[in-house]
Amino acid sequence: MEDLTSPKEEKADQEVGEVGRPWEEITVASSQDPESGLSEPLESEQGPERGPQPRSSPPRSPQSRTSTPLDDLTGPDASSAPSPPQEAPSPPSILTLARQELGTPWQSDKTPDVDPKAETPRSPHLEQSSDKGESTAPQMCQSEGNIFQQSQQTGHHLYGPEDVSENNSKQKELRFNIFQEEDSNSNYDLDCAEPGVSEVAPSLLEIAIQSAKAYLLKTSSKSGLNLYDHLSDMLTKVLDERPENAVDIIESISQDVKMAHFRKKLDTLQNENEMLPTYEIAEKQKALFLQGNLEGADQELEDEIAENSLPNLMESAFYFEQAGVGLGTDETYRIFLALKQLTDTHPIQRCRFWGKILGLEMNYLVAEVEFREGEDEEDIEDEDVPEERDDGDSGADEDDEDELPRAFYKTPQATPKEESRTGANKYVYFVCNEPGRPWVKLPSVTPAQIVTARKIKKFFTGRLDAPIVSYPPFPGNESNYLRAQIARISAGTHVSPLGFYQFGEEEGEEEEEVEGRRDSFEENPDFEGIQVIDLVESLSNWVHHVQHILSQGRCNWFNPIQKSEEEEEEEDEEKEEKGEEPDYIEQEVGPPLLTPISEDLEIQNIPPWTTRLSSNLIPQYAIAVLRSNLWPGAYAFSNGKKFENVYIGWGHKYSPDNYTPPALPPVCQEYPSGAEITEMDDPSVEEEQAFRAAQEAAALPAEEMEETEEDEDEEDD
Amino acid sequence: MDSESLLLSLELASGSGQGLSPDRRASLLTSLTLVKRDYRYSRVLFWGRILGLVADYYIAQGLSEDQLAPRKTLYRQGHERRRSKARVPGERGPVAARWTPDIPKTAVSRRVRSLGGLNCMEWSLLPPATEEMAVETSVVKGRFMGDPSHEYEHTELQKMKEGEKVFEEEVVVQIKEENRLVSVIDQIDKAVAVIPRGALFKTPFGPIHVNRTFEGLSLSEAKKLSSYFHFREPVELKNKTLLEKADLDPSLDFMDSLEHDIPKATLQGGYCYHPHFTGSWSIQMERGNALVVLRSLLWPGLTFFHAPRTKNYGYIYMGTGEKNIDLPFML
Repeated sequence: MEDLTSPKEEKADQEVGEVGRPWEEITVASSQDPESGLSEPLESEQGPERGPQPRSSPPRSPQSRTSTPLDDLTGPDASSAPSPPQEAPSPPSILTLARQELGTPWQSDKTPDVDPKAETPRSPHLEQSSDKGESTAPQMCQSEGNIFQQSQQTGHHLYGPEDVSENNSKQKELRFNIFQEEDSNSNYDLDCAEPGVSEVAPSLLEIAIQSAKAYLLKTSSKSGLNLYDHLSDMLTKVLDERPENAVDIIESISQDVKMAHFRKKLDTLQNENEMLPTYEIAEKQKALFLQGNLEGADQELEDEIAENSLPNLMESAFYFEQAGVGLGTDETYRIFLALKQLTDTHPIQRCRFWGKILGLEMNYLVAEVEFREGEDEEDIEDEDVPEERDDGDSGADEDDEDELPRAFYKTPQATPKEESRTGANKYVYFVCNEPGRPWVKLPSVTPAQIVTARKIKKFFTGRLDAPIVSYPPFPGNESNYLRAQIARISAGTHVSPLGFYQFGEEEGEEEEEVEGRRDSFEENPDFEGIQVIDLVESLSNWVHHVQHILSQGRCNWFNPIQKSEEEEEEEDEEKEEKGEEPDYIEQEVGPPLLTPISEDLEIQNIPPWTTRLSSNLIPQYAIAVLRSNLWPGAYAFSNGKKFENVYIGWGHKYSPDNYTPPALPPVCQEYPSGAEITEMDDPSVEEEQAFRAAQEAAALPAEEMEETEEDEDEEDD
Repeated sequence: MDSESLLLSLELASGSGQGLSPDRRASLLTSLTLVKRDYRYSRVLFWGRILGLVADYYIAQGLSEDQLAPRKTLYRQGHERRRSKARVPGERGPVAARWTPDIPKTAVSRRVRSLGGLNCMEWSLLPPATEEMAVETSVVKGRFMGDPSHEYEHTELQKMKEGEKVFEEEVVVQIKEENRLVSVIDQIDKAVAVIPRGALFKTPFGPIHVNRTFEGLSLSEAKKLSSYFHFREPVELKNKTLLEKADLDPSLDFMDSLEHDIPKATLQGGYCYHPHFTGSWSIQMERGNALVVLRSLLWPGLTFFHAPRTKNYGYIYMGTGEKNIDLPFML
C-alpha cells in the first residue's frame, strides 16, 4: 500500500506547498494536546521539539522506554505489509499519520475529561528519553524528519477524517480503553504488559487506516481515477481559488475537477478544424477594413468624396435605433463597409441599404442601387434567357403536331417584363449573406414571378440557387423569388414624408402622354420639412414613392390584346381562340405615385400602418416612426427632414388568415363530350310501358290513315 | 434574457432586427431592478415585447430559486384600475391594470409575468394562464391592440334548448385582450422557450438551479438541436422508452430536447430536400461562429442566442404574438 501512496503523497506535497501551512499549525497544535492521551511513543518522538517541558517528572522514566519497543514493534508490523523494501521511513510516518488523522476528530469532539486526566500522569519525559536513549536518538532524528514531512502533508491527510470518521469514533473508544489499560498496567507491569497492549493498538489503528486508505485509493474501473486523488485535487482547488460558500458548491467543484481530466484529450486536430470558418470570415472581413488604405492618392480621394454614392448608414442606423429597430452597431458598421466595397467596385449612381431578409440557413443583406447612366451591366444577358425558353416551347409544339393530338390548352401569353429603370425594375438589387462575402446581383423581375410570388409563401434558405418547391410552380429559383419579394415589399412599404419628392416636370409630361400616369419624381429642393408630431398624427403626411404593382405583375399596365394583334398574321389559330375573350380588357389602374398612405387598404380591420413617437420621455427631440403591419419588419422613420426605410424580417406578407394554396385547376377533358358518347340510363319497365302507351295513342289516329305503320309496331314488339 | 445582462443580451440578439430604443433600455434596467426587489424574485428575465397596433406590451418574468417550480396562483387585492387621464395624442393611455400582489403568500411562485406600460416603468402582474383561457382565446385571430382592457368580439353558434326545440343561436362572446396576452405568453413559453443543455441542473431533491459551472456549449455541440432544451416542464421525456433514456444524465437531461420538435429535424423519406433541414428552427452561426442564433419558425420573432464557450445565452420574443400556422407550407 505504501509504495502506492508515497509517490503520490510527495506529489501532493508539492502541490499543497504553502496551502498546507495553516494546516500544519493546526496539526501541530492538535498533536500536542490529545497526544499525551494518545500514546507514549508519539510523545517521545516529539520530544526534541518541545524542548523544555515543565511537566516532565522523573519517576516515569520507564514509560519512555516502553515507547521505544512500540516503535520497534510498529516497524516490523508495518513492514510486514505488502511492500517491505521501501519501509525504512514509513513506519513512523504511518504513526504520525494515524495520530494526525485521529487527532483532529478528537479535538473537535471535545473530550476534555479524558485528556486532562491523562495528561498529568502521562506527561512524557523527553529529557530522559533523550538522555537515556543514545540508541533511540538516530531513530528519532529519522522519525522527526518524517514528522515534518508528514505534517506538511497534513493538508492532504486531513481529508481522511471525513470518510474515516466512522472508523475513528469506534477507534476512539477502543483507544481509550487501551490507554486506560496502559495506565493501570504501566505502573507495575511495564516490561511485559505494555508492549503487548501497544502491539494491539497500532495494528488496529493501522489496519483501519490502511483499509480506509486502500479503499479510497481504489481506482475506478470506469474513469481510472481514485477518490483519494480526487479529494485532494478538489481541496487543492478550493484552497487555491477560495470560493465563497465552498460547501454549497462542492458538487460543482468536484465536477470541475473531473472535467479537467477530460479536457486534455480534446486538443489537436478537432479543435483546429472547428475554428476554420471563424478565421475564414475574419480574413474576409479584414479585406473590408483594409480597402480604405489601398487607394492612397489624395486626388482620387477628393474625387470620390465629391461623387459619393455611399449612404450614411450609421446615421440612419442611429435613427432606427431610436425607433427600436436595427441590427446592432457592430453589424451595421460591417454592412457599411461592405456597401462601400460595393460602390467602389461598381459604377453606381445611388446606393442604399434596403434591409435584411432572414433565411433558414443564412440571411440576405440587400443593397438597392442605381447604376450610372449607360452602364447597365449584363441586362441584355438576362433578357435572353426567357426568350430562349419560349422558343424551345414553341419548337416542341410544332414537332408534336403531326403525331399526337395537339393540346388545345393555351398558355396565357406571358406579360413582358418591365424595362430596367422602370416600374418594378427601377432599381437593381445586390445581395450578400454576410458582410465581406461577395455581392451578387439579382436578376430583374418578371411579372410572372411577381404574380406567382403572391400566391406562395416559402421561407428563404439563404442559398440563391435553391429551388423553390411550391404550388403553383414558381418560375425560377430562390434568387428570383427573393427579387420578387423585394419588389413587392418596396412597392408596399417605401414611404416618404409628403412633399419630400415632387414629380419631375419634363419627364412627367412624356409619361402622361403614354399612360396617363407619371412614374418618375425628383427630390423637392424647396422641401421645408414637416413637424414630427404631424407625421405621427396623420398618415396623410406620408406618401408612397414606389409604384404600386398591379395584379398583372407590372407597375405600368400592359395591354395583352395589343400584342396579340401584332402577332395576328403569324398565328391564325391563336386569333380564333382569342376571339372568345373580350376584345377590350379594362385597363388596370393602381394608385398613382406619391399617394398618401392613409389611402392604403385595411387588412381585415387592421390598419396597415402604426405610427408613433420614438420617445415619450423627451418628445421634443423624438422622431416619427412608422411600422408596417402589412409587411411585418418594414419600418420608416422621419425626423421631419430626413427619412429612411428599412426592412428586416422574413420577407412575408402579413395575413390574419392562414395561407391556403390555390386549388388545383379542373382536370382537362380528353375529348369534347356530346350526346353521341354520353352514356344513358336504361329505361325502367314503367318508363317503357308509358312510352309504348304514348306511342300507341299517337298511332291510333294514324292507323286509320296508314296500315303499314301498325305492321312495323308489331314487328318491333 | 437576464435583466442584469440586458444590454449585452440585446446586442447579441440584435441580428433579428428588433431591439429596444435607448430610452426603453434605460427604463427597463431601472424598473426591472425595482421589480426584482418588490416581488422578491431571485432572477428577473426580460421576456420580450409583443407588438400591438396601438401600443406594445413589454413582458418580464420573475423566477424564484427553483427555475422550473410549478406555478402558484397569485392573490390580488381588488381590481382597482388607474387609467391616466392625460394622454399623449395619438396614443392610448398607459396600460391600465395594476394589482398589488399579496407577497408573503407568493414567495414560492415561479414565473409571474409582469406587463409594462408604454414607458416600461409601471409593471402590472398578469394572472396565471389556465386551460380555459387558452381555449377561450384560441378563437381570436389578428393582431394585438396594445390595450389589455380591449375586448375582442367573437360570434359563435350555440345550441339553445327551449322546451323540446333545439335551435342554434349566435352568441357574441367577449374576450379580453389581457387573457389573450396571458395565454399567448404561456403558449410561447411552452412551445419555444429555449435553454442550452447544462445551463440548469436538477438537484437530487428536485429543485432546479442555475448551473454555476456551465461554461457554454462547445462549437460542435452548439450546431446541434439536441444541445438545446425546452425551458419548461418536460412533456416528451416521460413518453420515452428506457432504452432512449439510458444515455441521459438525470441531473442535466431532465427537459425535452428541441430535436424532437415537430416537424422533425431529420425527416425520413424524400420530402426533405435540403441537407440542413432543421424542422421548426433555424440555426445560424453569426459573427464568424462566435454566436449561435436559433430562430423559431413556429413563433416568428423568438430569437435564442448563445455565444459558444461562454455563459451568455438567452431568448427574447419580439413579434406580433401570432403563431405561424402556415409553417407546413413554407418549408
